[in-house]
Amino acid sequence: METLNYRFANGSRRIKPAPELVGVVSSGNLEVLIEDAPGSGACAIEIKTAARGFGAIWEAVMQDFFQRWQLADTRISINDMGATPAVVSLRLDQAVAAMTEGGQ
Amino acid sequence: MSTSYLEASARERILAVLDAGSFSELLPPAQRVVSPHLGQLDAPVSFDDGVIIGEGRLGGKAVMAAAQEGGFMGGAVGEVHGAKLVGLLQRAIRKQAAGVILLLETGGVRLHEANAGLIAVSEVMRAVLEARAAGIPVIVLVGGANGCFGGMGIVARCANTVIMSEEGRLAMSGPEVIETANGVEEFDSRDRALVWRTTGGKHRYLIGDCQTLVNDDTDAFRTAAIAALAQSGPTALSLAALEAEQDMLRRRIADFGQADDPMEIWAALGIVKPQAVPMLEAETFTAMTERHRIQGTA
Repeated sequence: METLNYRFANGSRRIKPAPELVGVVSSGNLEVLIEDAPGSGACAIEIKTAARGFGAIWEAVMQDFFQRWQLADTRISINDMGATPAVVSLRLDQAVAAMTEGGQ
Repeated sequence: MSTSYLEASARERILAVLDAGSFSELLPPAQRVVSPHLGQLDAPVSFDDGVIIGEGRLGGKAVMAAAQEGGFMGGAVGEVHGAKLVGLLQRAIRKQAAGVILLLETGGVRLHEANAGLIAVSEVMRAVLEARAAGIPVIVLVGGANGCFGGMGIVARCANTVIMSEEGRLAMSGPEVIETANGVEEFDSRDRALVWRTTGGKHRYLIGDCQTLVNDDTDAFRTAAIAALAQSGPTALSLAALEAEQDMLRRRIADFGQADDPMEIWAALGIVKPQAVPMLEAETFTAMTERHRIQGTA
């Protein structure tokens, strides 16, 4: 397993207080837990992945994600089992959709 | 809205089966109660350890419900996963819930957790029987792609009611286990039609292991669970019921123990066109076979 941490400051979009979980930890898939983190001043992302050595790709995917959504005061936690970058992006967008449209 | 139970995730199922907006999760993912064993093995964890538990309403009645996520390690039961199920069943007794609804999809014990997983499953069995003894009906739904196997197959048969779809499977040893132990001549685990004839919902319904067969539809499972809750009589085990069950099992093995294929059993039960059984919708199937099937006691 490998743990990766990213932190993006100066976001503007706020999310609802109740956390949401999307996705499942199964082969080629991941789960994304998204939580409101009032006062943290950033969008903090922690990834635990079964696939070692892909830090550069994760960083690019996370930067793209932050560019798209500009989340503020958000904590995102990911358990990954070898999802492709496209699947990761879709899951992250699904998580944000659940947080901004009332969920489910 | 009509949706496939098979294709839904555990979270989607529990929300679809219970009354809309009524579910409130206990030990939700944000509490991060994860497996203490998987990390030591350098394996991925899940924030809910593969099972969602909580309180909700079903047809207006206050129930406890759980749903196993087959996508995470095949729904296998580890220490935390099992403890969540046990805690839910004990809470049902303490709060005098109208019932416990278990949406099972599991290969059984999570072998990575060894004895802790084995003990967890046996504790779930005991908790199911304690809930029944306390007058609380336990209703099991089986309709996921991974079926319900191993120790959790026994848990299912400890419940008052088992509701299945044809796609759902229920057994002790899974097809691969039987093939590995007894050879491909005994059971070809890659013969999907044979696997479903032997472990699928229709066969379980015909030989008395499942009380209700429904189509692969979340609404159909919900309707059947509401009916099972309304019809639940005395829930506790009695000596008479256990003896009747034992007698049924004895007759079943005497009558069908030599059969090579479930279709022979269906023919022996008096079903006119057994070869047509796998193609029938649930309503047509139950109408055609209700008179012939073995009536199991719950």
